[in-house]
Amino acid sequence: MKQAVPAGELKPPVTHIGIIGWTKTNLFDGVFNSILTLVTLFFLWKVVPPLFRWAFLDSAWHTTGQACREAAGACWSIISINYRFILFGFYPYEEQWRPLLAMLILFGLLFYSRNREHWKKSLAYAWIIGLFTMGLLMTGGILGLPPVESTQWGGLPLTLLLAVFGLTAAYPLGVMLALGRRSRMTGVKVLCVLYIELIRGVPLISLLFMSSIIFPLFLPEGVTFNKILRAQVAIILFTAAYIAEVIRGGLQGMARGQYEAAESMGLNYYQTMRLVILPQALKIVIPPTVSILISAFKDTSLVVIIALFDLLKTTQSVLSNPEWMGFSREAYVFVAILYFLGCFSMSNYSRRLEKELSKGD
Amino acid sequence: MKKVKWIVGALVWTLLAAGPMAAAGTLDEVRAKGVVVVGVNPGVAGFSMPDEKGVWKGLDVDTAKAVAAAVLGDANKVKYVALTAVQRLPALQSKEVDVLCRNTTITLTRETVNGLNFVHPNYYDGQGFLIHKKMGVKNAKQLRGATVCTLPGTTTEMNAADYFRKNGMPWKPVVIESNAELNKAFFAGRCDALTSDASQLAAVRSVAPNPDDYILLPEIISKEPLAPVVRHGDDQWYDIVNWVVMALIEAEELGITSKNVDEMLKSTDPQIQRFLGVTPGLGKALGLDEKWAFNIVKQVGNYGEVFDRNVGPKTPLKLERGLNDLWTRGGLMYSFPFR
Repeated sequence: MKQAVPAGELKPPVTHIGIIGWTKTNLFDGVFNSILTLVTLFFLWKVVPPLFRWAFLDSAWHTTGQACREAAGACWSIISINYRFILFGFYPYEEQWRPLLAMLILFGLLFYSRNREHWKKSLAYAWIIGLFTMGLLMTGGILGLPPVESTQWGGLPLTLLLAVFGLTAAYPLGVMLALGRRSRMTGVKVLCVLYIELIRGVPLISLLFMSSIIFPLFLPEGVTFNKILRAQVAIILFTAAYIAEVIRGGLQGMARGQYEAAESMGLNYYQTMRLVILPQALKIVIPPTVSILISAFKDTSLVVIIALFDLLKTTQSVLSNPEWMGFSREAYVFVAILYFLGCFSMSNYSRRLEKELSKGD
Repeated sequence: MKKVKWIVGALVWTLLAAGPMAAAGTLDEVRAKGVVVVGVNPGVAGFSMPDEKGVWKGLDVDTAKAVAAAVLGDANKVKYVALTAVQRLPALQSKEVDVLCRNTTITLTRETVNGLNFVHPNYYDGQGFLIHKKMGVKNAKQLRGATVCTLPGTTTEMNAADYFRKNGMPWKPVVIESNAELNKAFFAGRCDALTSDASQLAAVRSVAPNPDDYILLPEIISKEPLAPVVRHGDDQWYDIVNWVVMALIEAEELGITSKNVDEMLKSTDPQIQRFLGVTPGLGKALGLDEKWAFNIVKQVGNYGEVFDRNVGPKTPLKLERGLNDLWTRGGLMYSFPFR
C-alpha cells in the first residue's frame, strides 16, 4: 500500500546552491583559486582585526591631545575637536552656519541636477539663484549678516569653490580652445595652439606661483587682487588647456561624413558645431573629461603652497599645533575620505551619464 | 598709427600718475582702511597659528595686535594674511601687507638687496640640537660621526654643515622633506640628533612619546634674531612698528602689566607718566594717539606676558626666557629710552 509521494520540485544538491554553492564556484574553483582565496583570507585575518582595533576599540573619540597620547589606538579627537576649523577655516566661529548652508544648497543643486530629465530652463534659473544666495551667505554685509571678507574663507567651502567654479568655467573655455585649434583661420589657430602648449608646458604649481607672487609685482602700487581670485584664475586657465586637448580628440574622432552631411544640409559653421558635431564629440570624450575633472578637483589642494587655507591646509595647520602634532594618520584619513567622496561621486555620475547617453546607439 | 600712440601715451601716463598717488604714508592708509594688514606664518606653534576656532594665536600675532592697538586703538583690528617663506618678501614689497610679523631672521642682504627694514627683534632664536638622552652626549662637540635629521634647502641644513666642518667632525645628514616625517624619524631612532631652531625643537620635544628621554644640547650654533619687517622708504611707519616692539619691552621693564595698567595711570614716576601718555608728547612724536602705549599694555600686555602666554614654561613649548629675558636679568631684551 504504498502511496505515491507526489514528486515535488527536485532541489539541486546542497553543494550547488546557497552559501556553499556560491563559495564553491567563486572562491574554491580549482586548486589555484583555492590557494589564492586562502592567502587572501590569511592577509585579511592579519590586517583587519588590528586595524579594527586601532580604529575603533582602542581609539580616543573626544578627548584632549594628552589623553590621545596615552590611548593605544587612533586619535579621532583631532577631528572631533578641530572639525570646525578643518571644515571652515578662519570663517568667524559664530557665523559658520552660513558656509554650511551654502554647501548644503550646492549639494542640493548638484543632486537635483543629476537627473537629466530635470535639465530645463528652470534649472538654469535655480542655479543662478542658488549661486547668488551662496555668494550672499558667504560674503554677508546685508540682511543683518555681518560681512566676512574672502580672506577669511577656508576649508571645505574654499576647496569646493575653487573646484566648482574652476571646472564650470574651464569647460566652455576648453571647448572654445579646441574649436579654435581646429579652425581654418590661421591667427585664431596659432593663438589657441600657443595658449594650449604654453599652459600644458608648465606645472600648475608654477602657474599658481606666477599668479600669487610675480603678478602682483607688475601691478601699480596699492592695487591688489584677491588671493583666492588669483588662484582661481590660474586653476581655470590650467584646466581649460587640458580639457581643450581632450575635446580636440573627440572632434578628430568624428567621421568626415558628419561634417559633409551638415554642410549639405546648408548648416553654417555655428549650426554644424552646435547641432551635429559637438553633441556627438562631447559624448565620446566623457570618460577622459571626467578623469581631467577629477584630477583638477584634487589639484585644488596645490593652493597649499600659496598659503590659501583649503581643506588640506587647514588640516595641516591643526597638525602643526603642539597638542595635536603627530596624529597625521587620523587627520589625513579624514581628509582622504572627503576627497574620495568627491571623486567617487564624480566618476560614478559619469558612468551613469555615459550609459544614458549611449542608449540610442 | 596716431591713435595707437595716443592710447599708449595715455596708458603710460595713467600708470605714472597712479604711482605717486598711491604713495601716501602707510599710517594714513592703515587709518583709512581701519585695519592693519599683517603677514603671518601659516602655522608655527607659539608664534602664529590658528586655534580650533580659527583665531590666530602666538607671539608674532600678539606683536601684530600691539601694532593695531597703538595705531587704531583696537588690538582686534588686524587682518591676517598667511604667507609661505617664498611669498613673504614679495607680499611686503607689493604692498599686499603693511607689516610682516612672520619669524623672519634679520640678515644684511634682506635689509639691503630686498629693500626692507627690520625693527627691533621680538624673539632671539638660534639653531640647536635635540638628542636621545641615552646617547650620553653632553655637548655638541661630542656629536662626531652622528647622523643628524634636518629639513632640506633651509639655512638650518647649511648652518649644520658649517658647524660640523668648522669643528672638523664627520656627520651624516638625514634629509627629510616634511616636518611631521622628520620628527617621526627622529623618535623612531633613525638619527641620533635633530637640528632646527631651538624654539621648534622645544615644540618637538613636548610631543615626544616620553619627553624626558630627549635633551636639548646647550650649544646654539647660529644666530636667528626674528623681527617684524616693513618696507624701505616709509620712515614714519618704521618708527611706529619699531617703538611698538620697544613699548612691549619697556612696559615689562617698568613693571606695567595688563592687570595693573589702570592703577599705573596714577603713578608719580615720571617715566611711567610719559610712557602711558599721562604726560603727553611721545604719542604726538610718533603721529599716534597719546594713549598708544596704554592701549598696547591694556589690550595685549607687556613682553613678559606675551612670552609666557605663547611660548613660556606653562605652554606646551615650555621655553625658558634665556636670551629673551630683560637685559637686567641677563637677556638681550633692552628697550631704548622713552623720552
